[in-house]
Amino acid sequence: MLELRQITKRFGDVLANDHVDIVVKPGTIHAIVGENGAGKSTAMRIAYGFYTADSGEIVVDGKVREIKSPHDAIALGIGMVHQHFMLVETMTVAENIVLGAEPGTNLALDLKSAAAQIRQLSEEFKLAVNPNEPIEHLSVGQQQRVELLKALYRHARLLILDEPTAVLTPLEVEEFFVILRRMREQGKTVIIITHKLSEVLAISDEVTVMRDGKVVGRVQTKDTNAAELARLMVGREVLLRVEKSDPKVGKAQLEVKNLSVTDRLGAKRVNEVSFDVCSGEIVGIAGVEGNGQTELIEALAGLVEPARITGVMNFEGHDLKMLGARNRRELGIAHIPEDRHRRGLLLDFTLAENSILGVHYRPPIAALAGEVFIDENAVQRRAAEIIQNFDVRPPNAALPARALSGGNQQKLIIGREYRVDPKLLLVSQPTRGVDIGAIEFIHRQLVGLRDNGCAILLVSAELEEVTSLSDRLLIIHDGRIAGEVDPKVATLEEIGLLMTRGH
Amino acid sequence: MTKLARDLLFPLIAVIAAFIVGAILILVVGDNPIDAYRLLLGSALSWPDGIGYTLFHATPLIFTGLAVLVGFRCGLFNIGAEGQLYIAAFATAWVGIKFANLTPWLLIPFCSLAAILIGAFWGAIPGVLKAKFGSHEVINTIMLNFIALALVSYFTQYHYKVPGDPILQTSPIGQGAHIPHLGKFIPGFPERIPLNVAFILALLCCLLVYLFLWRTKWGYEIRATGSNPFAAEYGGISIRKQIILAMAVSGALAGMVGINEVLGHRHLYYDGFSDNYGYTGIAVALLGRNHPVGVILAALLFAALQHGGIYVDGFSQNVTKDIVQVLQGVIILFVAAEAFFKWLLRRRTSSERLRA
Repeated sequence: MLELRQITKRFGDVLANDHVDIVVKPGTIHAIVGENGAGKSTAMRIAYGFYTADSGEIVVDGKVREIKSPHDAIALGIGMVHQHFMLVETMTVAENIVLGAEPGTNLALDLKSAAAQIRQLSEEFKLAVNPNEPIEHLSVGQQQRVELLKALYRHARLLILDEPTAVLTPLEVEEFFVILRRMREQGKTVIIITHKLSEVLAISDEVTVMRDGKVVGRVQTKDTNAAELARLMVGREVLLRVEKSDPKVGKAQLEVKNLSVTDRLGAKRVNEVSFDVCSGEIVGIAGVEGNGQTELIEALAGLVEPARITGVMNFEGHDLKMLGARNRRELGIAHIPEDRHRRGLLLDFTLAENSILGVHYRPPIAALAGEVFIDENAVQRRAAEIIQNFDVRPPNAALPARALSGGNQQKLIIGREYRVDPKLLLVSQPTRGVDIGAIEFIHRQLVGLRDNGCAILLVSAELEEVTSLSDRLLIIHDGRIAGEVDPKVATLEEIGLLMTRGH
Repeated sequence: MTKLARDLLFPLIAVIAAFIVGAILILVVGDNPIDAYRLLLGSALSWPDGIGYTLFHATPLIFTGLAVLVGFRCGLFNIGAEGQLYIAAFATAWVGIKFANLTPWLLIPFCSLAAILIGAFWGAIPGVLKAKFGSHEVINTIMLNFIALALVSYFTQYHYKVPGDPILQTSPIGQGAHIPHLGKFIPGFPERIPLNVAFILALLCCLLVYLFLWRTKWGYEIRATGSNPFAAEYGGISIRKQIILAMAVSGALAGMVGINEVLGHRHLYYDGFSDNYGYTGIAVALLGRNHPVGVILAALLFAALQHGGIYVDGFSQNVTKDIVQVLQGVIILFVAAEAFFKWLLRRRTSSERLRA
């Protein structure tokens, strides 16, 4: 169906694609995996005509083709769905789908026949999308199906999907895979770009692995496993399963009783939650995103107005409700937030300036002239230490945080919070958007912190992560604790049911 | 491109572009742009009068530019420098009149303190309103400008004017409140030029603002709030406090215009003295890329235009000093269009990449 031969593409000094060969057979689901920056998106954008290759050729259905623009690609039956949807929120599904390929004559727009056609496509692939619904009323999963319909409407036979599951909840991912399989049955070919190995193994027929712009492996999915794929991606052995000893559980550090948090509109987001976190253990909170995890962690970190909180939060005998974020930090509570761009970093500030956020006002940082002036040497020392210990790259403290990749930004945040030697660590989505190599590193750091006696409350949407790291696992549903399980013995089905049904 | 080069490039493009647009306009009205510009800049850079007056006009613009800068760095748009400087200038004069007989060693600090504190107070009002009720500082600072102007006009007219004086101004301040012109200290520089010690104070304030914003923990907190209030909050910083603090500092800086005006120049409060210093301060801060050194350079440019404009008016055939307004306007327009330049630049480099 599609073949890339010896594709090479250079951006400035960076060789994004180095003699890349990819062969995609018709009627298959082909996964392209690799870490961020491995060149997988670049290769696919070349196939779709976003970029033109410096050298090499593209073969479609056995013939060498020139694809200079997405227009050429669409004409050849290639469609692409981007990670960030390109939909007009206020327009209907049908209007969005015909945008750029409007049916009818130049003057009259024939939306009716388009809607009928879309309805037929939707039924054929069981997408359950109503063409007359405005986009803003749809869930993220439904919006993604509209993107698929957009490609199908343009008669795409090959669909390129860039990180399609990044925005989906676990349940939506399952539904999405069903759709992909149905498409394969109907004779479509699918290319899926991802770095989630479990999904590759679940959905694909063949896998191409890329690293540093080169193709480093081509395997049949049935002949491989996660460990092998990870090794190919990273270039060394990677421990996918977290190795940890039994916890040495100490006394309860954090005690939460009947805690409720309402949002600004008055809706209860956390509902009468009670639990303890002891020193030396990792307590995980699993749940579909948006079930109150964010509000729970922010309430504990001191980022929610006290008026919206009821119930008890005690830390080492201190009533947290009376304390602001700064006072809580002074007690030894550190926080790795779920959204590193919104909460965790000052993107325009340098790495050095970011490395002192939260301790910037006291010695040894603010140490000169009566603790008013910031000691630049102390800042640089701290930054250098974090950058070295947490392998932040590039190791240049003068760069703005914006210049780092997501994984390195995350390492900087974790390094900063680790550096304060916390007694309680609140951590949300620690490895979201982070490469496999860095994930392993981050997991080891968290376990190390636990072994040193820190109490850790971990929220993650990645079931695998939260089950493998946690010593105890709470499941949250609709703001309530739906149950507690032992992550060593609980099955994913059991946890999944609690997550979605709440009992 | 290094950061410094980039910081210099965009303002430079804006200024050059403004002069090109200005040249076209001068041609259209039938004058020679080169002659007009020579007149404009030549008169602003002549020794001693041109330079002296340029520095004198730059003094209030440095203060207001710094005021706007401090607000910007906290993510606040202080349009109220105009009102802050008026009410502070009046307060300066009031102290100078009420305590006219004090010795200079006390009176000058008292008057200066009045300028700083009243400016800070007037600036803090919209800060408190924003911190407590979330009402927008742009609206409130504009409103407070009107209130400040009306208040000081009223007090001047009905309480502090010399009876029978046709001009809307207060009685003079005590001799002890006068601060010397720089001509007193610089040989060959005439004392009649109103450039005074307040200019030195303005330069000192640039240094202090730099140290405050980039070297102290308070400055860090203000800048963090301006850069990303959510992350600042996460880092244990009280955003409300930073908003009030930044607005107060901003108002204090704007208020120091009163020192130049009342203690250094007119020795009384003259109603309507400000040549839109507060608003031009916004342009100064923008062109100076919200950095104290940039503010000095931008203030000097705007002051030179202002002073040179008078000569263009007098000695040029068709061009009037309105050309200065045009130049200032176009500079602001181009500075505001920086995003557009950046986009152009990115496009060029990315198309180069594509060709490479």
